[in-house]
Amino acid sequence: MVSLQIRQVYFSYLNGMVLHNIDLSIKGGEMVGLLGPNGSGKTTLLKLASGILKPAQGEIRLDGSSLSQLSRKSIARNIAVVPQQFHIPFAFTVGEVVMLGRTPFLRALAEESEADRRVVNDALELVGIRELKERRFDELSGGERQKVILAMALAQQPKLLLLDEPTVHLDIAHQMEILELVRGLNVGQGLTVIAAMHDLNLAALYFDRLILLKEGKVWADGAPNQVLTEAGISEVFSASVRVEPHPVTGVPHIVVMPKGSAIKRQ
Amino acid sequence: MPIKLRRRNKLILVLLLLGGSLIASLFLASAFGAVAIPLPDILRMALNKVAVFDFPATWRTVEETIIFQIRLPRVIGGALVGAALATAGVLFQGLLRNPMADPYIIGTSAGAALGATIAMLLPINVAFLGFGLVPVAAFCGALATVFLVYNLARVGGKTPIISMLLAGVVVSSLMAAIMALLISISDRLQLNLHSVFSFLLGHISVTGWEQIAVITPLVIGGIIVARFFAFRLNALSLGEEGAAYLGVEVERDKILILALGSLLTAAAVSISGLIGFVGLVVPHAVRLSFGPDHRFLLPASALGGGAFVIIADLLARTLMAPVEIPVGVITAIIGAPFFLYLLRRTRKEYAF
Repeated sequence: MVSLQIRQVYFSYLNGMVLHNIDLSIKGGEMVGLLGPNGSGKTTLLKLASGILKPAQGEIRLDGSSLSQLSRKSIARNIAVVPQQFHIPFAFTVGEVVMLGRTPFLRALAEESEADRRVVNDALELVGIRELKERRFDELSGGERQKVILAMALAQQPKLLLLDEPTVHLDIAHQMEILELVRGLNVGQGLTVIAAMHDLNLAALYFDRLILLKEGKVWADGAPNQVLTEAGISEVFSASVRVEPHPVTGVPHIVVMPKGSAIKRQ
Repeated sequence: MPIKLRRRNKLILVLLLLGGSLIASLFLASAFGAVAIPLPDILRMALNKVAVFDFPATWRTVEETIIFQIRLPRVIGGALVGAALATAGVLFQGLLRNPMADPYIIGTSAGAALGATIAMLLPINVAFLGFGLVPVAAFCGALATVFLVYNLARVGGKTPIISMLLAGVVVSSLMAAIMALLISISDRLQLNLHSVFSFLLGHISVTGWEQIAVITPLVIGGIIVARFFAFRLNALSLGEEGAAYLGVEVERDKILILALGSLLTAAAVSISGLIGFVGLVVPHAVRLSFGPDHRFLLPASALGGGAFVIIADLLARTLMAPVEIPVGVITAIIGAPFFLYLLRRTRKEYAF
């Protein structure tokens, strides 16, 4: 299990989007959801956590070693990233795409070993797409592709998995399937997970800890029932909602409230 | 394991097949020309040269001279040109994630042509390692243009693919305009119009073994070094960010791949002028038949590219003999419709 310490991190893009003094400590084995409106800095924070952006100030440490001191290769042996979607311009098969997850472990001229093939098969098995192995990646549906990308990330055998709105383009069944898989790995193998999430209700259901960002600052950080409050959501998202306990699990459940003339009653 | 054996066997089989057709086209192309020389004779001559064989000469000395001093250097030159251009095509396509990025699209062509034109304009005639000034200048022009395009396209420490393609097109147009200006105002160039013309249309102008001796290590070395990037090129199919997530040092490798691709293109341009579409047609055909894995795509494209240019040059020499068609015309006639077909077929993906 690895931990991630984000210490007094500042970051700004040329276009002015910024992160202010982010100070977070993610313990090994935690499953953390990042919430916030568009442009609040979720994706930027994930890119900083994966080391492909460098903080302007402050430091990010992976189990005590500073990310900026680590090579891409050693970061990739610890951290895997699942973005919203990948476009692959060439006709790779699913098996070949998942094998790309072994890249950080391969020497330039070496062939993949039996062990690498086993890792790939296990990842396909785990995600439940073994039968897709010989199919072409570019011929799959969005939900299937996202599972392939997840399998590729798992083939990296990461200790920390970062997901950037992994379910945003998927239908509800695929959304739940992906989140349940990730949750299972978190509980079963102690995989540390940080995911930017769009859907507050899904975030409440599957994550232990939620971090709410507003305009590049941490606005709230804690268990779902501490973070997802009516006052908090209406302040951060400027949306009028009601929060009720989920009828089965009891976690906060957000009910969106339409305004004035838009209200329809049955 | 069955899958492992299947993959390995397929790989070895196809590489042997492509290597075989490269050698076959080498001999075939040597046999044809102004004087037809029978294949068995060529085989015996070659064996006499390279090994302990001592076949009695059933051929005239002049035929041996034609083979060893004229045709073989040209045919081997063609093989090297094709291998270099196809490998450069694979490198640029893999890096830019665009199966249509031939070495010419990102500016190498225009840079080489302008370098060559400027050299032709200069009233000096120096030789450098068996080359005149023209090919060396083409070489410098190619490298300079690629890095100019690369730096122009760089935004905030990144090099987005789209801005790179646009910069390539714009820089190419500017270079072509300067070149046209130089040609139209220069007396000297108008005197040399024929050599400018054949350089621009692509013509394998190998006049002896010295040029082969210079570009062989460049091309073979480049192809071997390219193979070291196979895994990284596979990872780059996911895009720059995706590749970085898989441990690729993207900014560094991008520069290395661009430099390597320019070196290979320049080596080819220096003996052949501007032969287009080889780097487009060959890698695409290999991908279509055997998949996009660069570990296989790189060597297979090098072999296939060699055979392709040898055959194209054979057609160029023989189709309308004694008139020689520039080989670039042959590759364009094959390649341009192919490019349009690709553009049509994938137009949705490239609607930026």
